[in-house]
Amino acid sequence: MSTEQHHSPTPDSDRPPSVGQASQNEQRFPQPEVTPMPNAVSGSTGSLETRRSAGPSLPPPTLGAAANATPDAKRTTKIQTQDMGFFYGTHQALQKITLNIPERSVTALIGPSGCGKSTYLRSLNRMNDIIEGTRITGTVLLDGEDIYARDVDVVELRKRVGMVFQKSTPFPKSIFDNIAFGPRIAGVSSMATLTPLVERCLKQAALWNEVKDRLKDSALALSGGQQQRLCIARALATNPDVLLMDEPASALDPGSTARIEDLIDDLRKNYTIVIVTHNMQQAARVSELTAFFCMGRLVEVGRTKQLFTNPKEKETEDYITGRFG
Amino acid sequence: MSQTPENFSANLAWRHRQGWLFAAACRLATWASVVFLAIILLVIIAQAWPRLTLGFLTRFDSYKPESAGMLAGILGSFWLIGFTAAICVPIGIGAAIYLEEYARSNWVTRFIQLNISNLAGVPSIVFGILGFTAFVRMFGLPRNTIVLTLGFADVRIPLPFGRSVIAGALTLALLCLPVVIIASQEALRSVPASLRHAALALGATKWQTISRQVLPAAMPGILTGVILALSRALGETAPLAVLGAAFFITFAPGRINSATDLGQHPDRLLQVPFDQFTAMPLQIYNWVNEQSRDFQQQVSAAGIVVLLVILVLMNGSAILIRQHFQRKIRW
Amino acid sequence: MNAGSPTPAVPTLTAVDAPRSSSLKRRFSWNGAYEKCIRIVLLCCALVSVITTAAIVFVLLYESVLWFPGHTPFFGKVSLIEFLTASQWTPQFAGNQHFGIMPLICGTLLTTVTAGAIGLPMGLASAIYLSEYASPQARSVLKPSLELLAGIPTVVYGYIGLFFLTPMLIKPVLSGVFGLSVDGFNALSGGIVVGMMIMPMVASLSEDVLRAVPSSLREAGYALGATKYDVSAKIIVPSALSGIIASFLLALSRAIGETMAVAIACGARPQLTLNPLRQIQTMTSFIVNIMQGDTPVGSIEYQSLYAVALVLFLITLTMNYVSQWILRRYREAYQ
Repeated sequence: MSTEQHHSPTPDSDRPPSVGQASQNEQRFPQPEVTPMPNAVSGSTGSLETRRSAGPSLPPPTLGAAANATPDAKRTTKIQTQDMGFFYGTHQALQKITLNIPERSVTALIGPSGCGKSTYLRSLNRMNDIIEGTRITGTVLLDGEDIYARDVDVVELRKRVGMVFQKSTPFPKSIFDNIAFGPRIAGVSSMATLTPLVERCLKQAALWNEVKDRLKDSALALSGGQQQRLCIARALATNPDVLLMDEPASALDPGSTARIEDLIDDLRKNYTIVIVTHNMQQAARVSELTAFFCMGRLVEVGRTKQLFTNPKEKETEDYITGRFG
Repeated sequence: MSQTPENFSANLAWRHRQGWLFAAACRLATWASVVFLAIILLVIIAQAWPRLTLGFLTRFDSYKPESAGMLAGILGSFWLIGFTAAICVPIGIGAAIYLEEYARSNWVTRFIQLNISNLAGVPSIVFGILGFTAFVRMFGLPRNTIVLTLGFADVRIPLPFGRSVIAGALTLALLCLPVVIIASQEALRSVPASLRHAALALGATKWQTISRQVLPAAMPGILTGVILALSRALGETAPLAVLGAAFFITFAPGRINSATDLGQHPDRLLQVPFDQFTAMPLQIYNWVNEQSRDFQQQVSAAGIVVLLVILVLMNGSAILIRQHFQRKIRW
Repeated sequence: MNAGSPTPAVPTLTAVDAPRSSSLKRRFSWNGAYEKCIRIVLLCCALVSVITTAAIVFVLLYESVLWFPGHTPFFGKVSLIEFLTASQWTPQFAGNQHFGIMPLICGTLLTTVTAGAIGLPMGLASAIYLSEYASPQARSVLKPSLELLAGIPTVVYGYIGLFFLTPMLIKPVLSGVFGLSVDGFNALSGGIVVGMMIMPMVASLSEDVLRAVPSSLREAGYALGATKYDVSAKIIVPSALSGIIASFLLALSRAIGETMAVAIACGARPQLTLNPLRQIQTMTSFIVNIMQGDTPVGSIEYQSLYAVALVLFLITLTMNYVSQWILRRYREAYQ
């Protein structure tokens, strides 16, 4: 595992002030020209290094079937699924999902209950591996690398792809220990590193002002909305690229929901966020792209505005106008 | 029974009386057990009263009822249960973790599980026979003694173990093992899956998830089960009697008879597991079998009181642990 | 606090500025090896119980059945027919040794039947009372005292049988009033105390089973105008019957394997009798009585211990297995 490699430098030292950040990002991701080559990358060939240096040759964020619905041609594709199928035993929960998720954006997955959107989300960080008797077909690429390849370290993957669950799941420990859990298991133990890290993550999750005086209190004493933001902060502490959110606000009151949505809005600048939601208004509010799932299929994907105002498929239109689902 | 409405309501009175009788019988049977418990305690305390002195706790056994004491049994039981816990708790929790967290549901797992629940029902005396053959005699291994020279002390390890504390502790550990495993499994099962998923999603490995999140959350339940299992082991007589543990002995394991002994010869601690021992229930059994009525009824009753007090303390602490953590943790 | 103003003091709002030099590829690491070691250690822990069972079976079979040069097992010296049918058990009388297990089986049967006759109905009645009738206050007194009763060491039960039940209850009533002759050690006293011992076990196991009956069944009964008695005795108990039988079997197997109470209260004379007022010897009390005396290893009496223990083991194992099978089917039916 490469825990040392991306965790040993202290978060402060390896994070230049935000002024210099933009330029650095420019260097790392030279703005690619629009190159409409849908699904050009085959399998898990390109390593990260080659991919990064050869930025312009990357496929544009083609959106599955709707290849013309390119929302932002300047962004690179973060997660790419091709012909993905998923089985619980013999029951096929997902079939032929082809979807590209662009970097640093919010992608919403909507659809009726049991349509497979949560299954899809959980397959992006291989949380479905925990369930016995599941099987996946097709490919899922993260930065061009097949995450279901034989030699992939699932632990490394999950550090890079964080997840927030529907029900907030604080550990029965203090607030500080909750945030510090991820770095600690990766081998960071010095308080000099952990303290600023915890502060930074709590600030990012807009929770710092509420809890800064009681970091040693049990996380279970927080309110539901605070617990959910704590879980987001905890996910940020492992320094992920991608955040998966499985109906993060469905169990919260409207006030807390609004805060989570504001938070998502802040995070989109730096993270690739995929959010499953039942609430179509929420999808419309927070996301740039929306994918509509139904009966284990990806029916339609497109820019959120376009999908909600002018859906291409009849099924999508029926769902968003409330005729079924 | 007639189906007509008149008979139905006539029946109702009889049915209510029947119901009352049934409820009364059930209530009686239940409270009878409480009465029985009260009688047991009263009879024993009444018999034990003249012998319950501080000296009874601090003296060794004697042939005279008035100077008989329980010190050897108390210290013997203490060491015995200590070593039993040291052997059986890690193995039991480990087995429970394997079965709950790692094992796939295949025939091997089902076989192990079935095996554990059957083992829990094996009579304790059969464990005694196993212990006698496997630990006391070691399947007839010729006798010899290994002397470990450690510089500051020599440890004499008899092989086979003979009637030593370690042979008794190993036997009781096997006896407790199924109970500890089953209790730990239940405790692990009660930890919500969301906790595991949350830790795994943060990039924790399986063992990190278990050791840092699941196990601490399950600890109160595990501890309660462990204490209950050990308190059962503390009262076990049959396997120890079958092992041939001493009934009458006037020293404690390792010859550590008092705190002063421990202060002057701390090296004797190393000899404790390999020394002879007796235990509280064995002493009681021995006294019950004595010829004199004083021994039979009074001294043994005093021994029972001491044993019961220790058991109540252990069980009470288990209940306290359970309640304390039930209040603290809510999911 | 206003959610719209997320803390201007945030130093760096970045996550992807640390260059990812690593790929997802698994590499050798000590951590991974450590994980594998842990798994193996835990598997070994789980296997200890299997090894224990295997060791028990081996030890019992070795002295009683396994035959190889230089080692004649118990059943090589005593025929199985004699063992199962002869009516005398006198392994200690040199020159006049008889090895018929019937008296021991008979003694075990006497105490077990007595214990069952007391413990099973009382335990079931308590279970019904606790799950259907008792108020929370009554439960809060009853449950701990039942737990305490279950936690009392078996020597104590033996003491009560020998020094309280026999001289203060059984003798005054049965020989004082009815003129029956009662031995100082007798099967009845042992049976009663073992009955009281298994009663909490039946109560708690059966209560679990009764509580597992879905409450919809209760409501359906009440909706038909059934009284509480009708619901408990005619709906709940019958639908939980298989689970109750399983708990009975577990309790009886415990009674069969019980040693100290019967060794103290019932005496040590193997007799083929069905009179519970006589002194008898059970399989377990035979083992505990002989093992204490230093029986020479390899002698036929020594081996007879293993033969008796084997019979005991097989009986209790069968009962446990059957009751677990029933319980599992019961759980499947209601879940």
